[in-house]
Amino acid sequence: MNNVMDVINAERIEDVQAAMQEPGDARLRIRGGGSKTALSTPRAGERILDLSRLSAILEYEPGEYTFTALAGTPIRKVEAALAEHGQYLPFDPPLAGAGATLGGTVATGLSGSGRQRYGGVRDFLIGARFVDGQGRLVRGGGKVVKNAAGFDLPKLMVGSLGRLGALVELSFKVFPKPAAYATVETRFVSLDQAVDAMVSLSAAPLDVEALDLTPDAEGFVIWARLGGVADVLDERAERLRAFLDGGHILTGEEERAHWRTAGDFAWLPADASLIKVALTPAQVAALEKRLPGPGDSPRRYSVGGALAWLAWQASISDLDAILTDLNLPGLLILGDGQPALIGRRPDPVYLDRIKRTLDPAGRLLKF
Amino acid sequence: MAADALMSDLERLYPPKRLLRAPVQLAPYESDALTAFRTRPLAVVLSETQDEVIETVRLCHKHAVPFVARGSGTSLSGGSLPLAEGIVIALNRLNHILTLDPQTRTALVEPGVANLAVSQAAAPHGLYYAPDPSSQPICTIGGNVAFNSGGAHCLKYGMTANHVLGIKAVLPDGEVVEMGGDSLEGVGPDLAGFFVGSEGLFGIALEITLRLLPVPEMYRTVLASYSSLGAAGDAVTNVVASGLLPGALEIMDRLAIQAAEASVDAGYPKGAAAVLIVELEGERIQVEAEFARLLTVIESTGADEVRVAQDAAERARIWKGRKGAFSAVGRLSPDYIVQDGVVPRSHLGEALARIEELSAEYDLRVANVFHAGDGNLHPLILYNGREPGALERAEELAGDILRLCIQLGGSITGEHGVGVEKLAYMPEMFNETDLAVMGELRAAIDPLGLANRGKMLPAGDAPALHAHGPHPLEKAGIISRE
Repeated sequence: MNNVMDVINAERIEDVQAAMQEPGDARLRIRGGGSKTALSTPRAGERILDLSRLSAILEYEPGEYTFTALAGTPIRKVEAALAEHGQYLPFDPPLAGAGATLGGTVATGLSGSGRQRYGGVRDFLIGARFVDGQGRLVRGGGKVVKNAAGFDLPKLMVGSLGRLGALVELSFKVFPKPAAYATVETRFVSLDQAVDAMVSLSAAPLDVEALDLTPDAEGFVIWARLGGVADVLDERAERLRAFLDGGHILTGEEERAHWRTAGDFAWLPADASLIKVALTPAQVAALEKRLPGPGDSPRRYSVGGALAWLAWQASISDLDAILTDLNLPGLLILGDGQPALIGRRPDPVYLDRIKRTLDPAGRLLKF
Repeated sequence: MAADALMSDLERLYPPKRLLRAPVQLAPYESDALTAFRTRPLAVVLSETQDEVIETVRLCHKHAVPFVARGSGTSLSGGSLPLAEGIVIALNRLNHILTLDPQTRTALVEPGVANLAVSQAAAPHGLYYAPDPSSQPICTIGGNVAFNSGGAHCLKYGMTANHVLGIKAVLPDGEVVEMGGDSLEGVGPDLAGFFVGSEGLFGIALEITLRLLPVPEMYRTVLASYSSLGAAGDAVTNVVASGLLPGALEIMDRLAIQAAEASVDAGYPKGAAAVLIVELEGERIQVEAEFARLLTVIESTGADEVRVAQDAAERARIWKGRKGAFSAVGRLSPDYIVQDGVVPRSHLGEALARIEELSAEYDLRVANVFHAGDGNLHPLILYNGREPGALERAEELAGDILRLCIQLGGSITGEHGVGVEKLAYMPEMFNETDLAVMGELRAAIDPLGLANRGKMLPAGDAPALHAHGPHPLEKAGIISRE
């Protein structure tokens, strides 16, 4: 598909450094598994720096609740290694089924539904090594779960979209995985009622692992997931159902399939773009008012209303205008539209200073 | 010259009672909780509004005079140590909780708000602010943000950075920027996260959006005593291997237990070589089920005695001994240094054994109180500052412990920050390129190097060691070191 000249396949970290230092005007677009097509498809005048061969779990000591891996390691491979020891990445990295890598997940700053309980990718990333635009290999953070030494470069890399450096090695905190799950599915007629229920549930001490909302033709459905000790899960699920004034309890494969489908965006129409929007539960109603019907433009609110995944079939500039109006930031994940960042943009004053420091020659993409 | 010009500008900005210049007024600001370091600044301004802070920073930039922002001065790494040629911007009076939104579960606060005040304000809504450094009754959110403060619940809930969603800050050249927002999620680089833990080098946070969590429905706390420190360490390994995720896992050694008993009467088993505190929290049904499993695990670890807190009062008593342990140990000795290194949990036993050997080699007593769940050690090195060379010996021992942490794959600081105290160890933890890049980022954000100059990044002038003794607030029992 791509001209072979336009792709640099890094086999080693040194190859990434060399690519940054190679002369030339073409900006480098970093690609991992290529699962986020809107961000990994090259445009005119760009070269792809492919990191998918930088794939290996370097250190994993289950008793530490940490692991270190090369950035091109697929999420699925990590999940399988963790599962052997009953552990997991609690933030449900999205698009794992499509080949998403650790590096791509960090660079795009994407967390899935499991973010509700313990936090997102920013909260589980504890260390990073990256190659900056000058070809320097830089380390920030560490390999232990608690660390306050030096600037928090790992946090800077979360959501940096390959524009500040190419991630090559990452260290994460992990947790023991709940032995069993159950999900309560509850239907609401009005959006206000559904959002109110989500807000109350997020503030309640019921420890839900995930809390999503999907609009459909008949109204709104809340999906609230519990995880924990198998013996008491039925009792907890009944309590949760009572909290939501009713609903249907999903368990077993049906339950797992629901969340897997959600995380892989199997609900997305074939030709639609996928956009992530960061918001608050209080902003859900305002956004809903501006969007077409859910039949034309399916969507899923996640993390109790802190995150929206929108399928979009009209022009991206229309959505950009809507988000800008509402002062909400958005990011294109799937599709061939651009720019990547729409709606409210990051404060350029601070970001430009950082960008000029790490990538003075403009080897990497602009924000 | 620059200083005189700055002073006359400051005189126009502040009434005399909020522009401190007399030695007697400056004395309380000469050091923070790392009392071995002491410097008298040119002046201290007591800012009352964000605009005053912004204007003060702009004036410092105009006259190229360095400044140090200060909250309650509880830094254990010398993070708010003044510079003789600079001023201190005291932020305690910017102590307003601007909004507390139970719907988004966020609080928007000024930097001078005390950590515990946030949880108190959130309590009526069934919410709380999770990071809980031991100095939480008085340490400020601004200081917590600057140093990415931790506490006893970091394994499960993370540090300050994990609870900050947005920051409005004045950069060191007076530019005001907003980072992040009030959503739990972000788009684009996590600039607010990057600002947290920058030790004041990126400027001063003026407004901080904090994430609040629901207060757990139930806590279950157990205290187990062991006849050796190693056995307590093994117990931690067993708890972790069982698949449980305790909110807190804490260990105290014999010296720390004795000190705590003498000072707060926490009811710890007499004669124990080590106690382990494990706490589970969460939904009632789940916690009850997990607690039964925890007790089975603990029973298999050869504990001499196992005590389960039966009510909130008993839980509070167990924690009182733990949180008061540092000041209690402080009473055993005229002076002490508290270290903050981190080791991978599986190396805890090795690290503790080595610390014991070092203690014997240097002929200095070391008490150990630590967050076993996240491998964050807190060795307290006891010494007498009046004894010639004792401080230097204690510092050397502390240095050996930090090197040990690096060798074992850990960190020189889990939650106190580098400050001035651990400057010398940064080049052992990070290589030249890492430090050069950090220095360049700092220079891009603060070209004149005015904001908290001399902290975190080596190259600044090494501050002199002076005096001894605990912080006045610590003597009064208001703060304690974690």
